[in-house]
Amino acid sequence: MANKRHPMLVRLWRDPVWRAVLFQVLLILAVVAMVAWVVNNTLSNLEHRGISTGFDFLSQSAGFGIIQTLVEYDESHTFGRTFLVGLLNTLLVSFLGVIFATILGFLIGVARLSSNWLLSKMASIYIEVFRNIPLLLQIFFWYFAVLGILPNPRQSISLFDSIFINVRGISLPWPELNAGMVTVAWVFMACLAAVLVLRFFMRSWLLKAQHQENKGQMVLYIKAAMASSVVLIPLVTSFLVDAQLRWEIPELKGFNFSGGLVLIPELAALWFALSIYTAAFIAEVVRSGIESVSKGQKEAAAALGLKPRRVLSLVVIPQAMRVIIPPLTNQYLNLIKNSSLATAIGYPDLVSVFAGTTLNQTGQAVEVIAMTMAVYLTISLTVSVLMNLYNRWASLVER
Amino acid sequence: MKSTMMEEKMIPAREPPVNSRGVLGWMREKLFATPSQSLITLTLIYGLYLILPPLWQWAVMDATWTGESRSACNVDGACWAFVTARLDQFIYGFYPESEIWRVNLFFVQLVLILGWLMIPAIPGKKLALGLGLLVLPVTSWLVLSGGYFGLPEVETHKWGGLMVTLVLALYGMLASLPVGVLLALGRRSSMPVIRTFCTAYIELWRGVPLITVLFMASVMLPLFVPEEIVFDKLVRALIGIVMFQSAYMAEVVRGGLQAIPKGQVEACQSLGMGYWQSMLLVVLPQALRLVIPGIVNTFIALFKDTSLVLVIGLFDLLSIVQAALNDPEWLGSAVEGYLFAGFVFWLFCFGISKYSQRLEKN
Repeated sequence: MANKRHPMLVRLWRDPVWRAVLFQVLLILAVVAMVAWVVNNTLSNLEHRGISTGFDFLSQSAGFGIIQTLVEYDESHTFGRTFLVGLLNTLLVSFLGVIFATILGFLIGVARLSSNWLLSKMASIYIEVFRNIPLLLQIFFWYFAVLGILPNPRQSISLFDSIFINVRGISLPWPELNAGMVTVAWVFMACLAAVLVLRFFMRSWLLKAQHQENKGQMVLYIKAAMASSVVLIPLVTSFLVDAQLRWEIPELKGFNFSGGLVLIPELAALWFALSIYTAAFIAEVVRSGIESVSKGQKEAAAALGLKPRRVLSLVVIPQAMRVIIPPLTNQYLNLIKNSSLATAIGYPDLVSVFAGTTLNQTGQAVEVIAMTMAVYLTISLTVSVLMNLYNRWASLVER
Repeated sequence: MKSTMMEEKMIPAREPPVNSRGVLGWMREKLFATPSQSLITLTLIYGLYLILPPLWQWAVMDATWTGESRSACNVDGACWAFVTARLDQFIYGFYPESEIWRVNLFFVQLVLILGWLMIPAIPGKKLALGLGLLVLPVTSWLVLSGGYFGLPEVETHKWGGLMVTLVLALYGMLASLPVGVLLALGRRSSMPVIRTFCTAYIELWRGVPLITVLFMASVMLPLFVPEEIVFDKLVRALIGIVMFQSAYMAEVVRGGLQAIPKGQVEACQSLGMGYWQSMLLVVLPQALRLVIPGIVNTFIALFKDTSLVLVIGLFDLLSIVQAALNDPEWLGSAVEGYLFAGFVFWLFCFGISKYSQRLEKN
């Protein structure tokens, strides 16, 4: 038999295991070489431009003001504080946006499935219009074309003499709480949390007991007691402590309004645009979720004699939510990332005050951009880890 | 016991259906089925009555279509003169007027290839695909930037408007698809180093907003390379867009790869095909066909995202409209400007999505 012996190298090349090792080693070498080259270039470029490296700049004083701050901040605070202010502003607009977008998105998603032809057509027009126009354009539209042409404070549009809308923003009444009222608020939240936790742990027992002849009445009493305790306990507390609530109404003083809560136009424009844009996507998510529950499920539930409301709450919604929640969280993440477009209209979010102003003042692009990206990356990865946990918990257990 | 869950009596039999034919029947069924439905319908009709006639009056009846400045416009109507007067700039940017035929040539190329690909009746799809993927990018760049064959060079900072939007979308798409396919294959590779590397790359870019990627491409890319190498601003934006969108594309393609049964690869192996042969000839053609809707959605997202290049100082359609609004001659034309830009973007995105839906149905 003339079995030709190939040279050693050819034999190794033809062995898939060795070839895989070779490829991976080559990739590692290429990446390391690339990183070394980039780091080397960056360091020499920075040296040429006279820019220092490291995170020392975070403790330097920033020297610029920010139009909206949730924590105490002025020019004398550090760049580190700027980072915090920007981060909180990003979280604020994301939080507001998520709430509004969810409400609007669910309403439109349900309207899209309505048997009323006009309602469903209008919902689908909303969806097709707002998701096919770039978000940045929508932000500009709200900021420059709608809020930008509002009257000046003296000619404010006023609603019920307590809400004032003008070019400087929207002034709203804001509650002023004394110490007693704050206690009552805390008691209310504690009661609500306790009842929700209790309901969660008693869920299976309640469902079981409901169908037992002698316990059905008891279940009703327990539910009523829980619901009323959320209202009654804080009410009793409010008589015990001296609780007072006063609404601070904005007032025109000189050229602008003072008092109350002012929604700056940058925040309002960003909030509207983000919510309206994301709601169009959420509506589609909701629609496909509800449509994913097969008609047979509803018919079977009705055939068993469940009331229409029960069909919805016990059969349709639990199954639809399983389909809705993963893409819904994706939309929330998109909204948070899209809130970075704030920089285009000057809302002081993380990208605007940190990757914008701070970067320009210090020139330390690498550190600043890395920190900014790290924030968004942390949010995204945390949410996707939670999402995976949820999916494992909610996925259908099949035989 | 009184049940809160169940109906207690038999549900009465339904009434025989009323006539559901004809216009009246349709209206009874779709608009006025129940009192609450009727109320919703009437409220909506009243709302539309409040909005639509004044809008029509403003946008069409009272509108001014031509003119040299804002003062030439009717105060009560839309000032479309702003758009008509600036239309050339919105489409071609600051491209020299004598060379505008080159941009038109680019548009014609684009329309011809896309038309060839999209109209089912025309044969030779493979040839068209090859031309679109390999020849079109080269000829377009040559025609637009010039410097060869006696064409005067036009630097990219003179490009602008719709043309830049289309250039970014076209090249972004053409580059992010192959990169995305490679990343998707890498993420499903059996080699741990390659898998880890691709997964990290994809998750990194999917986790951050495009705007930070663009900032990075525009501020940090020049730091990363030796000082002698100067990247064009447009190319930097393009690199950022491709890095970002290829990660999304990879996830779409991975979805398609997961849907192909393992038997396909095993069949290839038993026929003696190597990895690349089995992927290119068997798996990818099937996987990509499955995820055409996802690819189209990514493309629409990319098209909308091109508007973000505004923040790094490039003049795409939106930013050139935005710049024109600051012209003192046209102050106060924001609504008209944004409506026009929005309409153009909408036309492209809606057209693409409708076409892909039709493709899916067939």
